[in-house]
Amino acid sequence: MWDYFKLAGLGFVAVCAAIAANYAHDLAYQVNALEVMLAAGIAFLWVLRTAGDPKPDVQHEYFDSVIRAGAIATAFWGVVGFLVGVVIASQLAFPWLNFEFLQGFGNFGRLRPLHTSAVIFAFGGNALIMSSFYIVQRTSAARLFGGSLGWFVFWGWQLVIVLAASGYVLGATQAKEYAEPVWYVDILITVVWVAFLVTFMGTLLKRKEPHIYVANWFLLSMILTVAMLHLVNNLAIPVSIFGSEQVQLFSGVQDAMVQWWYGHNAVGFFLTAGFLGMMYYFVPKQIERPIYSYKLSIIHFWALIFLYIWAGPHHLHYTALPEWASTLGMVFSIMLWMPSWGGMINGLMTLSGAWDKLRTDPIVRMMVVSIGFYGMSTFEGPMMSIKAVNSLSHYTDWTIGHVHSGALGWNGMITFGVLYYLVPRLWNREGLYSLKLVSWHFWLATIGIVLYASSMWVTGIMEGLMWREVDANGFLVNAFADTVAAKFPMYVVRASGGALFLTGALIMCWNLWMTVRAQPAKASQNSMVPAE
Amino acid sequence: METYSALRHLADSWFLLAMTLLFLGLCLWPFRPWAKVTHQDVAASIFRNDDHPADATPANKEA
Repeated sequence: MWDYFKLAGLGFVAVCAAIAANYAHDLAYQVNALEVMLAAGIAFLWVLRTAGDPKPDVQHEYFDSVIRAGAIATAFWGVVGFLVGVVIASQLAFPWLNFEFLQGFGNFGRLRPLHTSAVIFAFGGNALIMSSFYIVQRTSAARLFGGSLGWFVFWGWQLVIVLAASGYVLGATQAKEYAEPVWYVDILITVVWVAFLVTFMGTLLKRKEPHIYVANWFLLSMILTVAMLHLVNNLAIPVSIFGSEQVQLFSGVQDAMVQWWYGHNAVGFFLTAGFLGMMYYFVPKQIERPIYSYKLSIIHFWALIFLYIWAGPHHLHYTALPEWASTLGMVFSIMLWMPSWGGMINGLMTLSGAWDKLRTDPIVRMMVVSIGFYGMSTFEGPMMSIKAVNSLSHYTDWTIGHVHSGALGWNGMITFGVLYYLVPRLWNREGLYSLKLVSWHFWLATIGIVLYASSMWVTGIMEGLMWREVDANGFLVNAFADTVAAKFPMYVVRASGGALFLTGALIMCWNLWMTVRAQPAKASQNSMVPAE
Repeated sequence: METYSALRHLADSWFLLAMTLLFLGLCLWPFRPWAKVTHQDVAASIFRNDDHPADATPANKEA
């Protein structure tokens, strides 16, 4: 019976999308409507072909097929996101790469949000969904709640990514950094995210373990806070239901404050709290020792929750924002030093008594470097939020360097570590295809990040100093174009650092592929279903 | 303006105090003396139930 409802619903969506594509006011909307029609059509056929199939009883197994799909999606979107990053870094160094025939589609302005969303929401988002599903099932000793709702979350999220990415290239954006998706994509994100919350909460509620492990606290806070941020920052009224244009509800300085309240907490909760959830589970698992201090992890959690949410105004120093608000943002950012470093120490000290693993296990090395970068970028961030420092660093490439030491170093490296941990287990393999290739990946990625971050420090501080340089009569010494010319060598270094990082990720994909293809299956010791 | 002033006043006084106390309380709570056993148990819980959910498998029931 339920299948008939699904079929009716999917058919309805496909027809509505076809009508919407016909009446579309702009190209991006039309293409997006066609994509929705196609997705609904494929889902319709899938439900039709499998309708009435006997459902095997799977309550005694974990829901791992969706996590396998998540691992593939994470690796795939990672490579896509890094590749677009290398392309736009090269476009900045060599402007002729903004080809004339691609103007309006493949130039820097269109590709830049594609890169940021691909790495944060496609690569990072899939990593978070995959890890949440894995962690919450193992620590609750229960199968994922909601039957096949997990599949809806996975495929819904992929549809969000495809709609957003194709929309950006065709010019659909609401011009809010990290919140570029237009109104109808925002609605889809909300639906998928609520389903994510339901699966996660439902699993926690039916857990067999008496306590909720701390990683789940971080993941749940990520899900709840991102839901709140997303709803408030995307309050907008569509101009037409057949177009991708919308008008924001807030305007002026309120809009700016709401945007950076969102923007900073997207970093704080999506890229920090969520990934800390991954750290608190996978690092102890890989090291095979419990977390150094469980007490510290709880304090880390509460301090992060109470402090992060206030730090947003530091993105708006020396603007129309009231002085007290920007001071508040700065003070809270500086206070964040404590919990961040507490968390870093907690992660690193988990290795105490097992430091030799740094030498023998390249996956542990990867995780430890990622925690190191967490500490480094959470030191750098509060420092840059200090008004005096910010007056030099803001609008320069120092900011971009800071973001990437966090994103490549912390988020990227911990995700790579998690993928190396998960893939052999999810596909029931003895071990990874090659540890040597993991070492190659480790060094390529680390050297890539170092090149990236150091070149951005140099060029950022240089351009900041050039912008404020005045002669004896008080006139500015440099034109903006002078700083652009001076930055050229550092842009080349940055692009090559990115290329190294991308090469490392490609090696990882090969290694994981060969792990699934060529490694012998683990001797089956229970009723686990063999991997398809 | 009325609403702004009222909210601003609340935020600066009682609500700030309440939030601070709540925060300090939550940070001190893990230090309760009887928590140690619980913490050790939760920290070790990730090493259980790796392959299948608790008491749901035939294999588990036999054991």
